[in-house]
Amino acid sequence: MNNVSPMYIFIDALLINNFVLSVFLGICPFLGVSGKLQTASRMGIAVTFVMFVSSAVAYGINTLLLMYDAEYLRIISYIVVIASMVQLVEMFIKKTSPALFKALGIYLPLITTNCAILGVAMLQTTREYNFVQSLSFALGAGLGFTLALIIMSGIREKLELADVPSLAKGAAIALMIAGILSMAFMGFAGLGG
Amino acid sequence: MATPAAENPKANRNTDVFLNGIWKENPVFVQMLGMCPVLAITNSVRNAIAMSLAVLFVLVCSNVLVSLVRKFVAKEVRIAVFILIIATFVTVTDYAVKAISVPIYKAMGPFIALIVVNCIILGRAEAFASKNSVFKSLLDALGMALGFSLALFCLGTVREALGSGTFLGFPLFGDHFQPWVIFVLPSGGFFTLGAWLLVFAWWRERADRKKAREAQSP
Repeated sequence: MNNVSPMYIFIDALLINNFVLSVFLGICPFLGVSGKLQTASRMGIAVTFVMFVSSAVAYGINTLLLMYDAEYLRIISYIVVIASMVQLVEMFIKKTSPALFKALGIYLPLITTNCAILGVAMLQTTREYNFVQSLSFALGAGLGFTLALIIMSGIREKLELADVPSLAKGAAIALMIAGILSMAFMGFAGLGG
Repeated sequence: MATPAAENPKANRNTDVFLNGIWKENPVFVQMLGMCPVLAITNSVRNAIAMSLAVLFVLVCSNVLVSLVRKFVAKEVRIAVFILIIATFVTVTDYAVKAISVPIYKAMGPFIALIVVNCIILGRAEAFASKNSVFKSLLDALGMALGFSLALFCLGTVREALGSGTFLGFPLFGDHFQPWVIFVLPSGGFFTLGAWLLVFAWWRERADRKKAREAQSP
């Protein structure tokens, strides 16, 4: 067991071990949806929400599985929970804000295959976080994802106007920028420790 | 490449299915799928190879099984069925790796479980195996997995050689080599992949230009 304070876990997932830039979870949406600032921030919020809820549910399921000695069902049950969570969020957004639903488009159902969400669920299990720790971990990870997405989309909006060599256009330059961002985030190492 | 097609179209199609994944539609360098393990696991060649084997196993098994059941699964629930199939094989892999080597299991962290959400595998199940025969799906899975391994190997070699001066743990350079630590750190993954993409883009453009020149002056 561990008694790390929830606040430290939050800061750690948000900045020090940022989910996108140093743990490499959720790279696909990070490269795919970071073209426009508005879409990026909405995507971030949707992911954070799904992450938070599925983390709470995953904690419950894990307790249940441990009770019945059925840990081998963990991966399967987590992915089913996340898929149904995404479906729920999709219906909710469609009902409350059709404009946002349109803007997110294909990326909304794709949250299911966003490895950051399953990553949160798996990591909180292997690190044996308790309920409060799990929730702050999920919140930190989700906000960290949003932060990385927003920074990246801000840079890419400016990049539209820049003169990039034709070979490097698209993914290559995006990866280089991500590398520099990741280096910048290394500066947070040691924070709060 | 296209000339033998006229003589033996069927064989050619099968090899095409196989080769597509390795080069023309390489999952990492061309389709940009499944990036997370590509970046996270490639800080050493050993990890890259272990990850490749895990993905190979899951991709081949799930593609074959999806192709076998493709006629019995209703359209509305197919994604759910695919995910369950994939998750089953990932669980098998997870336990197998843990049984074979604990250090490798520790080094891969959550990324074995995360093969479930690797877009390559669900993508191939949906785009190929659910529409094609078992044999073709097997070829497709092998090709895609080899393409994925190729990419992992490319990245792993560069990162390990520059970042710790070794290849599979054997020292490559003399005693005076100063490891370029940034390459085994996360940002090195981004830089290396970006550089490989540049190399391949340059390669393709050169081939295109050559073809254009040949077309102009026969």
